[in-house]
Amino acid sequence: MPILLGVVPFGMIYGVLAVGAGLTVGAAMAMSSIVFAGSAQFVSVQLIHAGAPGLIIVFTTFIVNLRHILYSASIAPYLAKLNPMWKWLLAYLLTDEAYAVTITRYNQEAASSVKSASRHWYLLGAGLAMWSTWQVSTAAGIFLGAQVPSSWSLDFTIALTFIALVVPALRDRPSLAAALSAGIIAVLAFGLPYKLGLIVAAISGMAVGLWVETRWLSNGRRGEQGDSR
Amino acid sequence: MNVWLLLICMGLVTYTIRLSLIVLIGRINLPPIIQWALCLVPPAVLSAIIFPELLMPKGMLDLSFGNLRLHAGTLAAVVAWRTRNVLLTIGVGMVALWVLQAVIPH
Repeated sequence: MPILLGVVPFGMIYGVLAVGAGLTVGAAMAMSSIVFAGSAQFVSVQLIHAGAPGLIIVFTTFIVNLRHILYSASIAPYLAKLNPMWKWLLAYLLTDEAYAVTITRYNQEAASSVKSASRHWYLLGAGLAMWSTWQVSTAAGIFLGAQVPSSWSLDFTIALTFIALVVPALRDRPSLAAALSAGIIAVLAFGLPYKLGLIVAAISGMAVGLWVETRWLSNGRRGEQGDSR
Repeated sequence: MNVWLLLICMGLVTYTIRLSLIVLIGRINLPPIIQWALCLVPPAVLSAIIFPELLMPKGMLDLSFGNLRLHAGTLAAVVAWRTRNVLLTIGVGMVALWVLQAVIPH
């Protein structure tokens, strides 16, 4: 599973940054096990460092993790027959990475019409592998944290990680419009009190993207021809 | 807010989102417009984090040549666009920043 190797540097960088932001070793570790969501952990560590109020941090976590509703919806039919205990356990393990490998596997199974009765074990295995990797790499980062000088500018890896994730995803006009408008509004709204800028920018960006999407669907064809003229 | 209370609230929010439709499936269906909106969450949120990091590294808008993070970030964006390789993007961006910091006084 190469995806596990890819997670190791993120976990370590999170650990370094969490300690740098002033979290205690216990709190930095606990965030990895209680929250268990890479991007949200990166963002909240930044917000904690900037002294943002707790409510804003919780609401930002909500916005950053909203995408998991999609994972929850798409994986749900495969887990529908399980008992509640299983559902509650698997939901905790439903990270980006575990979702990605599991849904790929389930789709292959569906295509080959081989019905496996124990496929929830696959998600459990992927989830636990991710979980252990995340905890160990976080711990390694926390341990290293005190020894990494700030002149290394390691905080820049947050922006770089998100660039690496977002740029390939900008495949159509609505997502491009959402990204650009959210980015510009984030700069304009940077001075808002309580670090509200991120929330305002994200919601505005989604609104602009939706607006472009509806326009694109209603007269997208004509727009395409107009452009290529 | 106490840091432990904060962690528990963050965990609850995250867990509730992940659990929501696994439990509610069959009882509610997401209308298409909500699904579109959710697809736009990653580009909107991530860009809202990236832009200030690159354009205002010291808390103020800085479009000058001396803004090294803007150069390194732009280069990383090109690498991400051409290769779609996460680790390569981070590696190139960090090395670019270190080289620029060593070469250009800031």
